[in-house]
Amino acid sequence: MSPIDENHLHADPGIESHHPSSGANGSVPALVAAGVRASPLQLQAATTIFQKGAPGRRAFICPDVDVPVLDASEFLPERFRRSEGPRLPEVSEPEIVRHYVGISKRNFDLDSGFYPLGSCTMKHNPRLHERVAALPGHARLHPLQDPERAQGALELMWNLQGALSEISGLPHVSLQPSAGSHGELAGVLLTRAYHEDRGESRHKVLTPDTAHGTNPATVTMAGFEVVKVATNENGGVDIEDLRAKADTDVACLMLTNPNTLGLFDPNISQIAEIVHGVGATLYYDGANLNAVMGLSRPGDMGFDIVHFNLHKSFTQPHGGGGPGSGPIAVSDRVAPYLPVPVLTRREDGTFALDHDRPKSIGRLRGFHGNYGCFVRSYAYICSLGGDGLKDASEAAVLNANYLLARLRQHGVAEYLPLAYGDLCMHEFVLSGGPMKRELEIKTLDLAKRLLDFGFHPPTVYFPLLVEEALMVEPTETETKETLDAFADTIAAILREASDDPEIARGAPYSTPVRRLDEVLAAKQPVIRQALG
Amino acid sequence: MSRYTAITPEDLHAMLAAIGVDSLQEIFDRQIPPAVRLGRALELPDGLGEADVYEHLRALAARNTSTEDELSFLGAGMYDHYVPALIDMLMERSEFLTPYTPYQPEISQGGLQVMFEYQTAICELTALPVSNASVYEGPSAVAAAGYLAKLHNQASRFVVSAGMHPHTIQTLRTTAHGYGMDVLEVPLRDGVTDPDAWARAIDGNTSAAIFAQPNFYGAVEDAAALSAAAKGAGNPVVIAQVDPIALGVLKAPGECGVDVAVGEGQPLGNRLDFGGPSFGFFAAREEYLRRMPGRIAGETVDVDGRRGFVLTLQTREQHIRREKATSNICTSQALNALAGVAYLTWLGRRGIVELGELLLARTHYARERLAGLPGVEKLHEQPVIREFALRLDGNVAAIRRRCAEQGVNPGVDVQALSGREEDRGVLLVAITERRSRADIDRLSDVLAAAVAAETDASVPA
Repeated sequence: MSPIDENHLHADPGIESHHPSSGANGSVPALVAAGVRASPLQLQAATTIFQKGAPGRRAFICPDVDVPVLDASEFLPERFRRSEGPRLPEVSEPEIVRHYVGISKRNFDLDSGFYPLGSCTMKHNPRLHERVAALPGHARLHPLQDPERAQGALELMWNLQGALSEISGLPHVSLQPSAGSHGELAGVLLTRAYHEDRGESRHKVLTPDTAHGTNPATVTMAGFEVVKVATNENGGVDIEDLRAKADTDVACLMLTNPNTLGLFDPNISQIAEIVHGVGATLYYDGANLNAVMGLSRPGDMGFDIVHFNLHKSFTQPHGGGGPGSGPIAVSDRVAPYLPVPVLTRREDGTFALDHDRPKSIGRLRGFHGNYGCFVRSYAYICSLGGDGLKDASEAAVLNANYLLARLRQHGVAEYLPLAYGDLCMHEFVLSGGPMKRELEIKTLDLAKRLLDFGFHPPTVYFPLLVEEALMVEPTETETKETLDAFADTIAAILREASDDPEIARGAPYSTPVRRLDEVLAAKQPVIRQALG
Repeated sequence: MSRYTAITPEDLHAMLAAIGVDSLQEIFDRQIPPAVRLGRALELPDGLGEADVYEHLRALAARNTSTEDELSFLGAGMYDHYVPALIDMLMERSEFLTPYTPYQPEISQGGLQVMFEYQTAICELTALPVSNASVYEGPSAVAAAGYLAKLHNQASRFVVSAGMHPHTIQTLRTTAHGYGMDVLEVPLRDGVTDPDAWARAIDGNTSAAIFAQPNFYGAVEDAAALSAAAKGAGNPVVIAQVDPIALGVLKAPGECGVDVAVGEGQPLGNRLDFGGPSFGFFAAREEYLRRMPGRIAGETVDVDGRRGFVLTLQTREQHIRREKATSNICTSQALNALAGVAYLTWLGRRGIVELGELLLARTHYARERLAGLPGVEKLHEQPVIREFALRLDGNVAAIRRRCAEQGVNPGVDVQALSGREEDRGVLLVAITERRSRADIDRLSDVLAAAVAAETDASVPA
């Protein structure tokens, strides 16, 4: 699900003691000589909203109290009353707007530039989706409105379920999970319910060593033990290792296909046979679905349970880190355990919510899931249609392979070789190992230097089995010119590093802040504004 | 080529040549085995132009009765508060809408600072020292807090008040079953958690003691007494699910001995959206900091000494710790939390108190007015802040239908939501600042007529 950033590995003491920024201060004589100066954003000291305003300022004018007021303690006894109200800011509306618009400019975003963050599918977010989601019939619909008076919403959910079912090749869908990780939890709990209902108690869940971190974390939360399966020399599941570990104590294998190396596992049918052979379920992490829509379906590959990331393949905006939405699709044998309520269509064509599902795992959250995300993703599916979704996946794979080909040019491939495979699906993973040894810059340095050129870096240091990994996912919505510019920039940075590696090591220079001391942040956590 | 892609025939030709393949098909043929290729078109409707998609989605929206279409007193977890226009503007700004999690802090200072400010606001609201950057939503936030308790003390049981929202109890049961924990419900007495049953239920095996404030039926619980009783009967983590809008006037969880305060953030500047997305807030005492789920933003400095913000304490998280992580949660609800902190800023230090007082006064007025109607009585006498439960003499569903014909949605049919026999006849009425005295008077008239009509209809001729 989430990429790993080497920053994170450095962030806490005990993982690795060296910090990339230590000693970097003042290490850029070349740039100083070249006239690099602090930009206007860098000169602006970060000031929080809690440090602004003045007593008495306000934006909200409370409606008049239009009912009889008794002694206030009549409504709420003194012992339940707060002695001092929360110290919220005291600012005017213009101050609020200027503050948040101001700090928004300290963000890079997808609408401003290329964002090839591997495994995150940063595709264009059409504004149409924001417009339709904001219609009052969607945005101001209360979740406990009677189903009879929310038929438009239920029909939308029904249609979305149908589309996700067709795309995944699995007949039953629940839209309830709040995000991919929540969908994973639903999936593993469904697996537990499936085995328990058959009178079996299984304890282990298999995950490949290339898996997203959410997979093993979910397995633990659902009360299972994680068993890792090795990767073979081609980047796929090591079949012999799988065979050795697949026994009747295994509840499930969680897999991403294409996997986090961007490779479609050619042995998928055999993998499914082995897993099903021991009575386990096969779980599909849908993070990489954008590679195969209309081309290959998890259900047809033998998967029993799939989660979708509506914020990836179906372009719910990522929001700076949420909201997401993580519907699941399942096979017939897992369907009895789906979360409640289950959406049903009556014979007269109207829709209802069925709570009477005795084998259900129960609820995973309040209400129906992230409906606002359903509206956006449904609008996207309506816009593209079946053929358009297939075109999107084809273009995503084409763009990835083209960018990979461009990065195999002389001057790049020697330092950043493809880690596995030859062609790729929607993303690919390069290894920065040779770059580190020969040019003496790390993948982190390359990533930070890219910031100076207006690119969001790829995902770095994931998957873990690739040395100095760089995981690149361009998506289908980028132009060839953008891909060319990115490839040219990578080449230029490598050339620059061969002349003077200090430049990349000290990067970035042009961003609102430069490299940040993450060790300090973790050692002495300051996680809120001190208030006077 | 769709309207969201840009590959011309010339581009395609050049790209295939660079890749070294003859066709796009070859890229797939060399990677996906024939046995698992779809080999047919997806059976989905053809794509539509932008205007047609808009019309289709507009037509669906038009078949929903929203809070703009009727006088609504629905609540029970989500509330029709006014969302100021500046929040729409901020949430639609590309800089907040379209990036992902701030993995590259140098170009994500805006989002990180919003998280830092959000955490500050939540700490102030709850009077607890640490907050994360948000979790999915309310009920699953309680489940996440339960998991924190399990990691903290490894005890075997959650004791929960029956005054929790039914969705919360159901969610907690779902997740607790996964890691093998019991959930024991403590009944209510006089509308609030029965203090004797509460103290009896809690012992050395209790991992967490969990209640809602105010509870699902609108009653203000004696949070300090419940916390103290829990600590006296065992050593559980005391978790409160709190309505954030009440915290302008209500004693804060941190002042009541609560260890972890969580809740549904929707009332803070997020629209209803038929139930999501919104955000869940999650605040705790210092000792739980390193067991918190989710993202946390922290302050630091850059190499030149400038103040800056980063994601911190990440060794708790799934992408580092994998199967040993404190949670599987990956992203937070950053955009919804932005709306939350912008809303709290908009309300401001005085506004949140004034709003609380207004809700208290109007809710009190509404409760007294409605409970004075024939066939309507209070479910309990406890203090209420912005929501209250009534018992109706008659079939709630039928009464609600009669009200709907008059354009009034009088509130939630509690038994339909909870499935509990003892909730038969219970109506839960929510008041926001958008419901004036005149609106409440209209509700009173319509409800009176509906109850009377139902009573007449049910008398055998």
